[in-house]
Amino acid sequence: MEENKIKLTVPIMADLFAKNEKPEYLFWVGCAGAFDDRYKKVSRAFAKILAYLNVSYACLGQEETCTGDPARRAGNEMLFQMQAMTNIETFKMYDIKKIITICPHCYNIFKNEYPDLGGQYEVIHHTQFLNDLISKGKLKFDLDLLKDKKITYHDPCYLGRANEEYDAPRNILKAIPSVNIEMKRNRSSALCCGAGGAQMFKEAEKGDKEIYMERTEEVIETGADIVATACPFCMTMLTDGLKYKDKEEDLKNYDIAELVAMELDL
Amino acid sequence: MNKQIIFIIVLFLTIAVFTYTARRVYLLFKLTKPFPVGDWWKRVVLTFKVVLAQTKIFRFPAIGLVHAITFWGFIVIALGSFEMIIDGVFGTERFFSFTGKLYDLVMALGDLFAWLILFAMIIFLTRRLFLKIKRFQGVEMKPISKIDANIALTIILILMISLIGMNISYVNMNAGNYLGVYTVSKLVAPYFTGDSHSLHLVYETSWWIHILLIFIFANILPYSKHFHVFMSAPNVFLSRLEPLGYLPNMENVMKEVKLMMEPDATFDETEEDTPERFGVLDAEDVTWKNYLDSLACTQCGRCTSVCPANITGKLLSPRKVMVDLRSRMKEKGSKLIKDSNYSDGKSLIRNYITEEELWACTTCNACAQECPININHPTLIMDMRRYLVMEEAAAPAMLNTIFTNIENNGAPWQFSPEDRMLWAKDLAMNKK
Repeated sequence: MEENKIKLTVPIMADLFAKNEKPEYLFWVGCAGAFDDRYKKVSRAFAKILAYLNVSYACLGQEETCTGDPARRAGNEMLFQMQAMTNIETFKMYDIKKIITICPHCYNIFKNEYPDLGGQYEVIHHTQFLNDLISKGKLKFDLDLLKDKKITYHDPCYLGRANEEYDAPRNILKAIPSVNIEMKRNRSSALCCGAGGAQMFKEAEKGDKEIYMERTEEVIETGADIVATACPFCMTMLTDGLKYKDKEEDLKNYDIAELVAMELDL
Repeated sequence: MNKQIIFIIVLFLTIAVFTYTARRVYLLFKLTKPFPVGDWWKRVVLTFKVVLAQTKIFRFPAIGLVHAITFWGFIVIALGSFEMIIDGVFGTERFFSFTGKLYDLVMALGDLFAWLILFAMIIFLTRRLFLKIKRFQGVEMKPISKIDANIALTIILILMISLIGMNISYVNMNAGNYLGVYTVSKLVAPYFTGDSHSLHLVYETSWWIHILLIFIFANILPYSKHFHVFMSAPNVFLSRLEPLGYLPNMENVMKEVKLMMEPDATFDETEEDTPERFGVLDAEDVTWKNYLDSLACTQCGRCTSVCPANITGKLLSPRKVMVDLRSRMKEKGSKLIKDSNYSDGKSLIRNYITEEELWACTTCNACAQECPININHPTLIMDMRRYLVMEEAAAPAMLNTIFTNIENNGAPWQFSPEDRMLWAKDLAMNKK
């Protein structure tokens, strides 16, 4: 460990429970945040931000299991409901009331669909959480590390159209000194990255183009240095697109949490 | 007196045919599944926004304005048509004229809108006949859809010409001494003067053409894609109020899952009736709202024009899903009404909508967002996927793999739950 670094331990729900402690938030990492190599970096960035802000939180660790979203969107209602009921039981055990998630798909299903199965929580997407702290003045950016960077934001469908959250991510980008530009199709007209509805896990049907290529071209058209996302699937698709277009050197794909951590120099 | 008798007979016939049609539509709706609605006040607000203020049609601003003018004009002109029916039945002349200034206002607006809609129809027809607009193409756009559109637009065009004809000849017939105000027609009237006999003839002919065409139009609409005119407002009023990301729960699955997870749980077995089909295979499996969506759809194609799958050349077209449901219901439903066990060995999935189309959806909800009348395509697509997976286990192989992974290790990928916290290993941050 370097001199100027602090070692961070991510708190686990079961450990706190054993010590009779109850954190305010559950940080729901999600399968991509736990297993996808690229998105693990987003989990790390967000955990650093939580530590920096002294947020009372914990993760479920090994007790976390898929929300059931890809199963449900792929038509397997039975499997979805089994996953959901398992999770609801776990949440009940730890008396979880507030969930922060770094995945819009997890966010949507907790917020909109778990209530039908008896699970009612305050569900917060990480961009909403950060935006809230910025608007309360608890999170400030004093450095100018991204000042000259042109950043465009890609709306994840499950945050944007599905839940009408278009402003939180944009407000964060506005708070970070940087140049913000929009793609041709943005907000409620944004084009999907192509991964929703379980498409992430299968080959696309026959067509004349991949959806992520169509979106990547639109990203490139803006002349941005950075495309910001707020969803693990969008991250994968756009990263692939930029790779195919041979643009990964001059156009970077970051999650909003990573940009925040970067700007805070965490 | 003769005019009155003829009018009453024609009106009676119109109502009779319309009642027949309405009954048929009602019987088709009876074949469908429930869809709960509530929150009536929210629905009133929504209807004001989406229907009266036309907020969603303005997402395509230029052509949206032309539609909005046509729609607002229809409402005003409908008041005049209602007066014509009263005049026709009771032999009165301009029955509502007793309302004075209000009458002047409605007539003035009606006249202005008649001219505006006349131009709107010319724009719409030009687009359809002479411009190759991508949104109006597609496999689901059979010749009948195009004929439908052109017939409806032409009827509206003639309706406006006859209304303007009435207004001009009425102004000329009564030189300065007439009821109501006719803003635009008055300006044009001096160019269409004639002797009182021919003016009277033009007025009567226009009157009859206008009202008869309204009667015919009202009875053609339910059989064409322009059923839209009647069904859009109810469709918006009854549309889903949940966020677009919400997918309705399957209650019938919940019972089985609960039994599986808590074997001791008991259920009231008396409710048990014939095992219900999971998901949607055919027209009678859809909810009445899905069917209403399909009847209200006027095939404008805004949904398909924003569908990421369609844009990139895949088979899926959200508009086609609506068109297919309506045709399948017409084909099978009309037989089911007479014989509840009817089967033709065909189904909505496969004979109309292929599996390839269904699996191409990313559930991005761009189609539902864009639809000017709040049609919800993704829930129907999901319900068909539910049928394929739960009744036939017919998911694409790669999706079966994620099912297995989720079941075995709680993630769509093949990683052990024990490795869930590996991302946090050696985590450190700069001192602050």
